[in-house]
Amino acid sequence: MNKTAMLLATAALIGLAGCAKKPPKQLPPAPPSETTTTTTTTPPVAENNGPTPGSRADFVAQAGSDTVHFATDSSDIDAEATSILTKQAAWLAKFPNVRVTIEGHCDERGTREYNLALGDRRANSAKNFLVNAGVNAARISVISYGKERPIATGSDEESWAQNRRAVSVVPQ
Amino acid sequence: MKTWQMLASITLALLPGAATAQTTQPQGPGPAAGTGPAPGQRLTVDITGGISNKMPIAIPVMPTPNAMQTPAGSTDALGNQVSDIITNDLKNSGLFAPLSKDQLKPVSFPQVSAPDYGAWLPTGAQALVQGFVQANGDGTLTVGCYLYDVFAKSEMVRQGFVVKPSEWRRGAHKCADTVYSRLTGEGPYFDSQVIYVSETGPKKNRTKRLAIMDQDGANHRFITNGQSLVLTPRFAPSRQTVVFMSFENDQPRVYVYDVGSGRKRLVVDSRYTTFAPRFSPDGHSILFSMIVNGNCDVYRVAATGGTPVRLTTSPGIDTGGSYSPDGSKIVFESDRSGTQQLYVMNADGSGQRRISFGGGRYATPVWSPRGDLIAYTHLGGGFSVGVMGTDGSGAKDLTNGWQDEGPTWAPNGRVLMFFRTAKGSGKADLWSVDLTGVNERAIPTPLDGSDPAWGPLLP
Repeated sequence: MNKTAMLLATAALIGLAGCAKKPPKQLPPAPPSETTTTTTTTPPVAENNGPTPGSRADFVAQAGSDTVHFATDSSDIDAEATSILTKQAAWLAKFPNVRVTIEGHCDERGTREYNLALGDRRANSAKNFLVNAGVNAARISVISYGKERPIATGSDEESWAQNRRAVSVVPQ
Repeated sequence: MKTWQMLASITLALLPGAATAQTTQPQGPGPAAGTGPAPGQRLTVDITGGISNKMPIAIPVMPTPNAMQTPAGSTDALGNQVSDIITNDLKNSGLFAPLSKDQLKPVSFPQVSAPDYGAWLPTGAQALVQGFVQANGDGTLTVGCYLYDVFAKSEMVRQGFVVKPSEWRRGAHKCADTVYSRLTGEGPYFDSQVIYVSETGPKKNRTKRLAIMDQDGANHRFITNGQSLVLTPRFAPSRQTVVFMSFENDQPRVYVYDVGSGRKRLVVDSRYTTFAPRFSPDGHSILFSMIVNGNCDVYRVAATGGTPVRLTTSPGIDTGGSYSPDGSKIVFESDRSGTQQLYVMNADGSGQRRISFGGGRYATPVWSPRGDLIAYTHLGGGFSVGVMGTDGSGAKDLTNGWQDEGPTWAPNGRVLMFFRTAKGSGKADLWSVDLTGVNERAIPTPLDGSDPAWGPLLP
């Protein structure tokens, strides 16, 4: 694992040096330092102080977002989601050893069990998009949290819209 | 004496293979007083109009023939507590109006089997529940339970329940069940347990633990520690095992939990998400849902494990299966028509047909233990809990909260429990409602609660 991480980081550095892409002006917030079993030996930091290539922060920065949203009771990929998932697929093509878990979520206006299935359907929509865009399906796992893990806590249209989502999670 | 023998045999039929609580002839004072009119000919609760016209009933403190210390406390104090539990059970049914404490009169031990009818008449009580608590030589307790018709001055029930001191409350519940059944004609349900999901913490990241408690909230205990998200626990008919869903190791799967040993095991070893489990009435099978590449269907698997049998094949979301009590049919929900609706199929998956046609969506169907009704969650503006015939006829919403979800039937098919989620905070609590849509009340739990599942009547 550590070896892989190092290899990845090295590969990422080379990739970055080769591309010399300008770092985003606004850095995403530092990823939460808690949990997950990935033991990251702090990889060498890029000169420009941007997110480490191949990292979650890099993924979010490059793809624009780790999250796509859905209409009520729908798992259709709309134009905005298409744009984000296209960029996610491009990033995943650049880091072919990174695995991704897509978490499907729902708003609170469905029943518990139905929402578990609906969240899975959303995660699978996002997965299928990435696979069609060339990402190896074996790299992608999906999990549905139904309505159990909202990101917005209100009981209003705005919160519900935020909660109807599929989040692509790559290791920190 | 003849009266008692008849009642005892009824009781034995109700309590097959009783191990912890068995009927005995009460060691009560005096001979049986069964010389009045045939029991039950006069005094009955009108269970359709009964709630607006509750039966006044007196449940005085139960004396003890001989005050003794037991592991459950002194028999004196127990007599007080037992009458409180019976009072609470009958009051909570919505069908009875127990007299308040200050209207009650002390009952001496000899009076237990020879009630002072004259003293009770002015209270307005139509029925009188008396009894006693006695410590037996073998360490058990006997709760004597007598029901009298005050106006007819006749005995309707005389029974005794032998319980272990650790299960003393069950003696009270059994007495309450006996009185309830005798007066309403409905099956008993007070001596039962509920398993549910205890919730706490912020809306974004609720901690959820399985917990079991008596139907009245007593003897509450947690089963899981909250490290993993757990949902939808349901009892096996034997009550010895529970089936539920856990997100342990980020793998949402259905598990069976053995209440006695505390061990749990995976039901289906699959790389796919499994959820929405429910036992068959004979306990031999488990219905569950499995999502394969985004397509969710209802499956059946032997309770001991093995290869699942797929019962639905629609490309939509098919989930939430529940067997009819005879095991011949399954009600489930599907969005194959475009929205969540209820469907019934034969147990082998054949003959699928839609039964819900009202406005809005219908979800979480559960077949009544009596077989005659299906309880559901109706999603319109908010969520309501309701009941319909097994062919979908006569759908009637019983509640009207912001989100009332996930009904479960009391063992007698007369009362529903469900969970009510608050708008905004997302806090959920357990509630119950009578089949007629009245007597809606909160069930006390130490923390918040959701996903209640009512267990069968205890043996």
